[in-house]
Amino acid sequence: MRILERLRKGRKPSGKVAKERLRLVLAHDRSHISPGLLDTLKDEIISVISRHIDIDASSVQVTISQSARESRLVADIPLSSGRRGYRG
Amino acid sequence: MAARIFTITSGKGGVGKTTLSANLGVALAMGGRRVVVIDADVGLRNLDMMLGLENRIVYDLVDVIEGRCRLRQALVHDKRLLELFLLPAAQTRDKSAVNPDDMVRICDQLKEQYDFVLVDSPAGIEQGFRYAVAPADEVLIVTNPEVAAVRDADRVVGLIEAEEKGPARLVINRVRPDMVRRGEMLDISDVVELLAIDLVGVVPEEPDILVSANQGKPVAFSRDGSLAGQAFHNIARRLQGEDVPFMPLREQGMLGRIFNFMRPGGD
Repeated sequence: MRILERLRKGRKPSGKVAKERLRLVLAHDRSHISPGLLDTLKDEIISVISRHIDIDASSVQVTISQSARESRLVADIPLSSGRRGYRG
Repeated sequence: MAARIFTITSGKGGVGKTTLSANLGVALAMGGRRVVVIDADVGLRNLDMMLGLENRIVYDLVDVIEGRCRLRQALVHDKRLLELFLLPAAQTRDKSAVNPDDMVRICDQLKEQYDFVLVDSPAGIEQGFRYAVAPADEVLIVTNPEVAAVRDADRVVGLIEAEEKGPARLVINRVRPDMVRRGEMLDISDVVELLAIDLVGVVPEEPDILVSANQGKPVAFSRDGSLAGQAFHNIARRLQGEDVPFMPLREQGMLGRIFNFMRPGGD
């Protein structure tokens, strides 16, 4: 019954929601990096890199990735689409 | 053989540390091991009630520490079993009455005469947690498949690593297979993946646990009585190095499901 109800409302099972929320909050807890600090890091990374090369600032992603109990800071910085042209 | 010292802790309160300590003590003692369970929750003692030993306490942990009695005098023998003893917490004192060295000294004394010492840690990550973890050879972390309990458990995993008591092992308590099946509860693999430590036990939520606490007779006393009781025995065997497969979560066959269906309030 409840499964039908969920399908009708299109609700995601709350167990999955819990897992996703925990994944994020544990990454922040373990690394002592708050979401606010992550934003600051992202802004500063963008400004430093932009000084040297053209990047697509709006698509930059800075995240904390986890494997087992190891955390790493991952910056995904797309080069701006025009850049390929320079290389010919 | 010198005892192995296990500390049972969780971060969050109410997840089942004391229930695990009592049942593990019973399961190990039923297997012929000599066991002492220490209630380290000074000021909020409960392990005595779980074991039904609350009327037999003469001295407590703090009496031992402060020299009012000898360690042996404070140990309460559970007469239902050959070799299960409780070292009760003091009820009228607080955590400042115990420090990590006291616990190490007491456990060192017990080591010679027993096979297992189980330290039932208080909730939290303050003084009580620190003195409970100090004597540990190994740490068991109890959690529930629930966001607050998992988050707190993760914090404790980190602290145990920092204390170089790791790697801690995990017991997931109060699992409700019906809710897991509907996707409305974190499942075992989710919790293990998030915490990234070894799993040593999974205990289903059962009314028998509360009934047994009411009676002061841990479910582990009846070996085949309940799934939770079996789960505790399985944990006891795994702690002794046995490779015991985990019980399937969808625990009941068709018949059980029909019974459940007929039972009011059942799944």
